[in-house]
Amino acid sequence: MATIAAPVERRGLLARPVAPRGIWAWVTTVDAKQIGILYGATAFIFFLIGGTEALLMRTQLAVPNANVVGPGTFNALFTMHGTTMIFMVVMPLSAAFFNYIVPLQIGARDVAFPRLNAFSYWVFLSGGLLMHFGFLIQQVPDVGWFAYANLTENAFSQRGVDFWVVGLQVLGVGSLAAGFNFLVTIINLRAPGLTLMRMPLFTWTTFITSILIVLAFPVITIALVELMFDRLFGANFFNTANGGDPILWQHLFWVFGHPEVYILILPAMGIVSEIVPVFSRKPLFGYPFMVYAVASIAFLSFTVWAHHMFTTGLGPIAASFFAASTMLIAVPTGIKIFNWISTVYGGSVRLNTPHLFALGFIAMFTIGGLSGVMHASPPVDTQQQDTYFVVAHFHYVLFGGSVLALFGGIYYWFPKITGRFLGEGLGQLNFWLMMIGFNLTFGPMHFLGVDGMPRRIFTYPAEMGWGLWNLVSTIGAYAIGLSVLVFIANVSKSLRAGERAGSDPWDGRTLEWSISSPPPHYNFATIPVVHGRDAFWLEKYPELEGHAAAAPDERRDRTAAHDAGEAHGHIHVPDPSYWPIATAAGILVAGTGVLFAMPLLPVGLFVVLVGVVGWSMEPVNG
Amino acid sequence: MSARVPVVEHAEHHPGATEYIRIALVLTVITAAEVAVYYVPSLRPVIMPMLMVLSATKFALVVMFYMHLKFDNRLFSGFFIFGLVCAAFMITAFITLFHLLSAPKAF
Amino acid sequence: MEHVAALPAQAHVGETSTGLNSRKVLMWAFLGSDCMLFGSLIGTYLVYRGNYPSGPKPSDVFDIPYTSVSAFALLMSSLAMVLALAAIQRGDIRRLKIWLLCVAGLGLVFIGGQVYEFTTFGSEGLNLTTATFGSSFFTLTGFHGTHVTFGIVWLLMLWMLAARGQMTQARSLDVEIAGLYWHFVDIVWIIIFTVVYLIPAI
Ligand code: HEM
Ligand SMILES: [Cu+2]
Repeated sequence: MATIAAPVERRGLLARPVAPRGIWAWVTTVDAKQIGILYGATAFIFFLIGGTEALLMRTQLAVPNANVVGPGTFNALFTMHGTTMIFMVVMPLSAAFFNYIVPLQIGARDVAFPRLNAFSYWVFLSGGLLMHFGFLIQQVPDVGWFAYANLTENAFSQRGVDFWVVGLQVLGVGSLAAGFNFLVTIINLRAPGLTLMRMPLFTWTTFITSILIVLAFPVITIALVELMFDRLFGANFFNTANGGDPILWQHLFWVFGHPEVYILILPAMGIVSEIVPVFSRKPLFGYPFMVYAVASIAFLSFTVWAHHMFTTGLGPIAASFFAASTMLIAVPTGIKIFNWISTVYGGSVRLNTPHLFALGFIAMFTIGGLSGVMHASPPVDTQQQDTYFVVAHFHYVLFGGSVLALFGGIYYWFPKITGRFLGEGLGQLNFWLMMIGFNLTFGPMHFLGVDGMPRRIFTYPAEMGWGLWNLVSTIGAYAIGLSVLVFIANVSKSLRAGERAGSDPWDGRTLEWSISSPPPHYNFATIPVVHGRDAFWLEKYPELEGHAAAAPDERRDRTAAHDAGEAHGHIHVPDPSYWPIATAAGILVAGTGVLFAMPLLPVGLFVVLVGVVGWSMEPVNG
Repeated sequence: MSARVPVVEHAEHHPGATEYIRIALVLTVITAAEVAVYYVPSLRPVIMPMLMVLSATKFALVVMFYMHLKFDNRLFSGFFIFGLVCAAFMITAFITLFHLLSAPKAF
Repeated sequence: MEHVAALPAQAHVGETSTGLNSRKVLMWAFLGSDCMLFGSLIGTYLVYRGNYPSGPKPSDVFDIPYTSVSAFALLMSSLAMVLALAAIQRGDIRRLKIWLLCVAGLGLVFIGGQVYEFTTFGSEGLNLTTATFGSSFFTLTGFHGTHVTFGIVWLLMLWMLAARGQMTQARSLDVEIAGLYWHFVDIVWIIIFTVVYLIPAI
C-alpha cells in the first residue's frame, strides 16, 4: 500500500503490518478516511439502539396509564437513550466527518498523529461497549444522563451506575485523544497558503470543538473519578452523611455539560455552513463574523453552566450573572442564523437533499434557540425546569439541529466517500418524513410542558388531559423511525447501484472536491497551494472572483496527477499498526475488571503499558 | 505566513546555565519567605494575599524561564493561558458560590 | 505531467504550517487541558475547605517543615531538568545523563515523602473515607503524585536511551517535551503547597 522512498529499518516488538487485507485492514488502519467510516458506521448502529429505546418510551407514553414498560425499565430507557445519543451518536458522527473531511479540506494526507487517531476510535468503541455491558446482567444505568448526586451513591442506586461511570470515563479518554489530534492537525497540517481566515467553516468548527473537548472533558473526568471513589472506596465527595455536597456534582457536571452542548452543535453548524453556500452558489455571507461567532463561543460557553441549576437556589447575584451570560451567548448564535439566511438570499438555489436538511436545520435550530433564551431567565426557568418544555428545547437543538445537519452532511459527502450519489427521490422522502415526524414528536412537547407535564415520568393519569398531545407525539416518533428506514434503504441501494458521482458532483467550493471520489489513500498527489477562501472555487472560476486566471500549471488536475505522484514514489503514508487497538483493548479489559472482576484491572493496565511501550518503539514512517 | 515552514527547533534566545541557577536561587528565597510568612503571627491578617503573590511569582518564573514560554511561540502561551484562565474562572466561581454567596461559613 | 514533478510542495516530515513541531504543540495543548483537570480537583478541595464535622482537621495533621522540604526537592528538580536540556542542546550527553538521574532522583524523594506523609496521616486517622477533607485531599495530592510518578518513568526511559547511546543532540526535543511536562507538575505543586498547606483553614 504505502510507497516508501527508502526501506525503513524495522525494529520494535511487532513488525508493522504491511498491506493487510479484509478485516485486518480495518483493525490496523491508521488512515483517517477509514477511521472516519468506522466512526460513522459504529455511531449509526448506536443511533439505531438509542432510537429503539426512544420508540419504546414513546410507546409507553402514547396513552395514559399504559403498561408497556414498568417504571424501572423506563428509567433505564431514558438514561441509556440520552447517554447514547449524546456520547455515542452525535459526537462520533461528528468525529466521522472530522476524520474524513478535515484532512481533505486542509489539503493534508492524514492527521497529525495517525495512530493516536485509530486509538481514539477503538477507545470510543470500548467505552460504548462498557456502557452497554450492564445489559448482560440486567443492571442498566438508570439515573438520568446527568446522573445527579446523591442518587448515584451506593445507598440509593444499584450497580447500573457503575457501568455509566466506567463507560463514560472511557468514552471521555477517546474524545480527549481525538480532540488533541484535530487541534494539532488543523494548526500544523494546513496546505501552503491556507491561513486561518481562509479555512473552510467546517474546519473552523472542528478546531473550536476540539478546544472545547480538551478543556471540558478533564472536568467530567474528575467528577467521574470522585463519584467512582465514592462508590468503590467509600469516599465522601457526594455523601451528605459525611459532609459531602451533591450540588458540587451538578457544578462539575455542567461546567463540562454546557461546553458539551456546543461540542454537539458546532460541527453541525460547520456542516450547514459548507452546504448552504454550495447549493446557493454564493460565498458564505459574513465569513469573518461566522468565524468570530464560533470562536467567541469557545470562551463564553465556559461561563454559563449554572443556567442548568437555577432551581437549586443560586441566590440573586449568581442567578443574575448566569442569566446574563446565557443571554449573551445567544448573540453569536443569532449572528450565525442571519448569516445563513443571507447566504441563501439572492442565490441561485438548488433544493437537493443536502440543502433541504441544511435549511431544515436553520429553521428548527432557530426554534430551539428561542426556547433556550426563554429559560435563560431564572423565573421563567423555574416554571419550565424538569417539564416537557425543556425536553422540547433540547430536542429542537439536538435533533432538529445536530441530527438534521449530520444527515445533511451524509447526503452531501456520501458521493465523495463512496463515489456514488444517494438517491434523490428517497432522499427527499427521507427528509420530509423526518421533518414532519420530528415536529409532530417534539412540537407538542412545548404545550405539554407549559401544561405542567414533568419529564421522566413513566405514565400519567387520564384526568391530566395530556393524552392527545402525547398520542400525536408518539405517532410522530414512528414517522421518524420510518424515515430512518428510508435512509437505510437509500444507503444500501446506493452502495450497490447508486448513480456514479464524479470528483465534483455539487460544483463544490472546498478542496475535498478537487480530488477523485473516493479519494486515493494518500488524498493529494501534490499538496495544493491555496490562494484564497473557497480554494477550489477560486481555482475553477478565477474570473468569477475577479482574480486573474491562474497560471496553467496551477490549474492542474490533481486526480490525474496522482499516478505521476505515485510513480515518483515519494508519497509518505504511515503504515498500519497493531498498537492502537492493542492499547485500547487494555483499557477495555481494565474497565471490565472494575465492573466485574478486580483482578482483571491490573491485567488490563499491563496490556496498556505493553501497548504504550510497543507503540513508542514502533519505527515511525512518514 | 503562506508556506509550510520547516521546523526550526531552537532559533530563539535561550537562557544559559548561570541564568537558570540564578532563577533557582530566587525560587529558593521565595519558598523560604513563604514558609517564614506562615510562622509570623503578626502577618496572619494578610497571609492569604501575601502567599498568593509569592506563589504566583514562583509559578510565573518557572513558566516563563524554565518552560521558555517567554521566548517561545505565542501559540503555546495562548493554549496554556486559555486553559489556566478557564480553570481560574471555575475555581473562583466555586469559591464565590459555595463560600461567599451562601450561608456565612468561615473561609 | 511534467509540471507535476516540478511542483515543490510535497509534505515532508518535519514541515508544518506554523514551523512548530507537532509533538510540542500537542504537549502545550495537553498542559492547557491538564490545567482544567487540576482546576477541578483544587476546586473540589476548596469547596470543602473549612468544613470539618468529624475526623482530623488540616492543622491536626499537616507538618509544614516536612512538606516544605519535599516541595523544595521538587522545585530543585526543575533546575536539574533545565540543566539536562541545556546539556543535550550542547551535545553533552554525559551531563545529560547525570542531570536526568538527578531529576528522577529528586522526583523519587518527593514521592517517597508523599508515601510517608500518606501513611502518617493514615495512622493519625485521616484517610479517603474520613469526611470530605480526606476524600478531597488524597484525591488531589494522589493525582499529582501519579503525575510525578509517570514523569519519573518517562525520564528514566530517556536516561536509558541515553545510556544506550541513542540520544543525540538532534533529539533534544524529546528532552524538551518531557521537561515541559515535568515543570508543569512542579508548578501544580507550587499552587497546591500554597493553597492546601500554607494558607491556614480557619
Ligand atoms: C441559544 C442558545 C441556547 C440557550 C440560551 C440555551 C439555554 C438552555 C437552558 C437555560 C437550559 C436549562 C433548562 C432547564 O433545565 O431548566 C438548557 C437545557 C438544555 N440545552 Fe440548551 N440552550 C441553548 C442551546 C443549546 C444547544 C445548541 C444545545 C445542544 C445541541 C442545547 C442542549 C441542551 C440540553 C441537552 C439541555 C437539557 C439538559 C437536561 O436538563 O437534560 N442547548 N438550555
Ligand atoms: Cu447549557
